[in-house]
Amino acid sequence: MAFKRPDGRKLDEIRPITAKVGIIPNADGSAMFTFGKTVAIAAVYGPRMLHPQHMQDPKTAILRVNYDLLSFSVEDRKKPGPSRRSQEISKVTEWALSPALDLKEFPNTVIDVQIYILQANASTRVAGINAASMALAQAGIPMRDLVCAVSVGKMDKDIVIDVNDEEEHFEDGEGATDTATARLANSDRFTLLQLDGKIQPSLIPKALEMANKAFAKIYEIQKKTLKGVMEEKE
Amino acid sequence: MSEFNKNQEETYEDFGAPEPQSRTIVVPGEIVASGDDFLAGEGARREGNNVLASRYGLAEKIGRVVKIIPFSGAFIPRRNNVVIGRISDIVHSGWIIDIDYAQNGFLPLMESPRFVNKNEMDQFLAIGDVVAAKIWSVSPKGIDLAMKGKGLGKLEGGFIFRVNPSRVPRIIGREGSMINLIKENTGCNVTIGQNGWIWIKGNDIDSQIKARKAIEFIAEKVLVSGLTEKMEKWFGENK
Repeated sequence: MAFKRPDGRKLDEIRPITAKVGIIPNADGSAMFTFGKTVAIAAVYGPRMLHPQHMQDPKTAILRVNYDLLSFSVEDRKKPGPSRRSQEISKVTEWALSPALDLKEFPNTVIDVQIYILQANASTRVAGINAASMALAQAGIPMRDLVCAVSVGKMDKDIVIDVNDEEEHFEDGEGATDTATARLANSDRFTLLQLDGKIQPSLIPKALEMANKAFAKIYEIQKKTLKGVMEEKE
Repeated sequence: MSEFNKNQEETYEDFGAPEPQSRTIVVPGEIVASGDDFLAGEGARREGNNVLASRYGLAEKIGRVVKIIPFSGAFIPRRNNVVIGRISDIVHSGWIIDIDYAQNGFLPLMESPRFVNKNEMDQFLAIGDVVAAKIWSVSPKGIDLAMKGKGLGKLEGGFIFRVNPSRVPRIIGREGSMINLIKENTGCNVTIGQNGWIWIKGNDIDSQIKARKAIEFIAEKVLVSGLTEKMEKWFGENK
């Protein structure tokens, strides 16, 4: 018997997505991206001066991501401030985004990306990556491509897309596995593949295939949102 | 002042270019044109058989060249750009000026039009003063500014505000048509820095506000064509 998802979704169905750009007037670029109840906002500042100076790279600008799960985003108040988890996610987000960027034009500078999770219901890092990718485009940063991200899970023996909080804690059978994936939208290059749990190697191609289908949907939404905001101004 | 704006137009060489055949909004990574017939211009790149967008903006095909006009993005200094900046520090050989870029601009002491005593440099330009200056050179060591020229120098009175630097060419208009229209209709003195800082000084506060509103109206309308005619109408409505 197939795994029954707590919110009644099909195995390959993503939660409803909403996306907006230009939500933070003082940032150079900003965006919001939601997967169901997970809400992420991203703000991009820069290129701007980088201090301390020894971090500067004379060949290119550097990308500096800060991911923060806000204290009110989860049911039990989270202690505010940086944590081991947020540092790790900041770093993997940086790695997931940087292959899409072309920063040679801005030597010795930094591009700051702030990602805040306003409401968390699992898959927060992928929502953050989607928001940040749109915000970077809106900030006018030269990019090779947009980045799309989605989480793929394995519940007992079934592969599901876009894991939510309840599914993340699923414990029956083989238990829950959650994999955060990100890919450059118009190529087959994955920029993030972070497995948490166990999965048979034979199931990985199936999981990535499912992620690829979701990427196509997410990319369409990102594209539509970015284009829509300018068309309004016609 | 008119002489000075003429200089600004020359720095934006694209505005004498022929009308584009097509304009579409593109996101990074999107295919703008296929086939070997097209050349990738600014903001675009070639990958195999296709020309792809590298930035979020408006893709224009002019003849065989495809280029992207970005909607947004930080100011990138180029030689001869007129910028408006604020004095952020005084050092022994000149002034450090914040020009809204990752690097500060440097205005050498020699650029002051009259003799300045090294111990009393703030008599001429103090920290917090706003100046219009021209970019003399851009190098990895820094950005050197010059202040000799018409319309350049310390800006006194009036007010400054900021728009996105990518909108500046539109606000100046083809051969300065737009900015002249605003000046004629409001009677204000307007200086536009390529870094998106705009200084307005007029005889009364109402005309200054009107000029600012007009500029912000243009900055808002990114995709509209025939904007000069629309602005003439706008001034008719907002007498």
